[in-house]
Amino acid sequence: MGWFKRSKENISPESQKFDIPDGQWIKCNSCSEIIHRKQLELNAWVCPSCDYHFRIGSGEYISILFEKNSFKECDPKMKSGDPLEFTDTKKYSDRIKSTIKKSGLNDAVKTGLGMIGNKKVSFACMDFRFIGGSMGSVVGEKIARAIDRAYNEKIPMIIISQSGGARMMEGALSLMQMAKTSARLARLDDAGLPFISILTDPTTGGTTASYAMLGDIIIAEPKALIGFAGPRVIKQTIGKDLPEGFQSSEFLLEHGFVDYIVNRKNMKEKLSQTLEYLKK
Amino acid sequence: MKNVLDFEKPIIELEAKIAEMRKYEDKLQIEEEIKILEDKVYQLKKNVFQNLSRWQRVQLARHPERPYTLDYIYMITDDYVELHGDRYYGDDKAIVGGFATIDGRQVMIIGHQKGRDTKSNLYRNFGMPNPEGYRKALRLMKLAEKYNKPVITLLDTPGAFPGLEAEQNGQAEAIARNLLEMSRLKVPIIVTVIGEGASGGALGIGVGDRVMMLENTWYSVISPESCSSILWRSWEFKEQAAEALKLTAADLLKLKIIDRIIPEPLGGAHKDHQKTANTLKNILIEELDSLVKIKSDKLVNLRLEKFAKMGVYEE
Repeated sequence: MGWFKRSKENISPESQKFDIPDGQWIKCNSCSEIIHRKQLELNAWVCPSCDYHFRIGSGEYISILFEKNSFKECDPKMKSGDPLEFTDTKKYSDRIKSTIKKSGLNDAVKTGLGMIGNKKVSFACMDFRFIGGSMGSVVGEKIARAIDRAYNEKIPMIIISQSGGARMMEGALSLMQMAKTSARLARLDDAGLPFISILTDPTTGGTTASYAMLGDIIIAEPKALIGFAGPRVIKQTIGKDLPEGFQSSEFLLEHGFVDYIVNRKNMKEKLSQTLEYLKK
Repeated sequence: MKNVLDFEKPIIELEAKIAEMRKYEDKLQIEEEIKILEDKVYQLKKNVFQNLSRWQRVQLARHPERPYTLDYIYMITDDYVELHGDRYYGDDKAIVGGFATIDGRQVMIIGHQKGRDTKSNLYRNFGMPNPEGYRKALRLMKLAEKYNKPVITLLDTPGAFPGLEAEQNGQAEAIARNLLEMSRLKVPIIVTVIGEGASGGALGIGVGDRVMMLENTWYSVISPESCSSILWRSWEFKEQAAEALKLTAADLLKLKIIDRIIPEPLGGAHKDHQKTANTLKNILIEELDSLVKIKSDKLVNLRLEKFAKMGVYEE
């Protein structure tokens, strides 16, 4: 390695916006403010000085939204089966193994039942750090089962999306998860039960084009990237730069695809307030 | 040679030679030789087409002389009333549809539509729909439900259009809405991939009671080229990507994603449009006649269960 190479990882653009770095003091990706870890945690991982939303995982969302010890995880052991025996530059089965080891997660979604205030809800939250939050058979099946739990117990369904889209390494099987989950949501809708979809940074591809866009109420965190095609692909298609703020939460609100944007600090309160109306 | 794929070349050269020889058949008495050559062509064709790689199938699925949705509608139906517009925004030319009659059976038929030359391709946006296309399709399906007509959809798209306006007008929402509504539509839906089944853009009109693929088509979550560019970080690995994605009709039948493969004439659908259309027509009639017997509640439940079973995981 040359003497001039930057060795610190968080200088490269790719590592920005990723999960919270280790250590007690954390620098805000947006305003560069140095914040103490505890302070950030108490502030729902939102920068106290500029409201930048750090990307967090399912565990953090559960602790932000649910009453203490009320959340019971379901299907925690479900893992991908590598049905295509897919290999690109790396074997998919190896990729799965190493991601499980690295992330401590078994796939890109956590599901379960818990209490938000005095309301029992069925919950699913995606994790971007597991292969880009991509949706394969496991994500599809776990979400489908979570919707079934809402249907059977006659309780609301809440899904937090954070995903690059369908998982390539499971080919058409990933694609069919879009149909599978949407069909279950149709049944939930027919039963008159609520579904709230929460969009966080980023929500794109097959995830957006299925359950993420099917909420009775669709909520977004500020400044999240939300879209169908990725910005790079659109830029290639139209051959020019994209307008400022294109595919942001604010852009979607402006064009009528999001009900409201909520600061993560107020998410629980706003969610409870909204849930009060979603009953007959 | 125009529109000839590499692996078609030796076959087409031999066929041209036979045609040439036929001109002198009477004068030279070369019937025997012609017969031998014809057998050779047949063997060669069989050999090539029974051992196609996945990438070669992708190439056949994109063959510019393949029949497209409107060609099939023309060949299969006795009557067709095309309907236009989504009633909100516009009329997408990349998705066509309308009421049609197939051997006395009234249906709603909807499909992606590609163009055949530069001009018609621009008009059809290369078969890449915008949100208004999916919304038009849904409007027609709801119409079919109201008048109790089964729905037939034909899939052939390189993908939903990744454009500025498409995003602004809710491409993702339009596709998502179709998945939800198609899964509870009270009339039978028969889906056939007739060319390219690229991702959400195809699935957006692809939820049904029967899902079928023509023999030389592909259906997957991403095109081999895009998959190559993302996972290999280069466009050069499309053949490997096609292999890895397992995107052919035979693959999807094995993965239990489709119900049936519709055979094509030897050499591909583009070699004999009418023959391909006849096969498709007979199969559609057979499936229609069995599906219309099922009560609508049961039909919707069976459809839910069908997609519920898709997926492979360990517990």
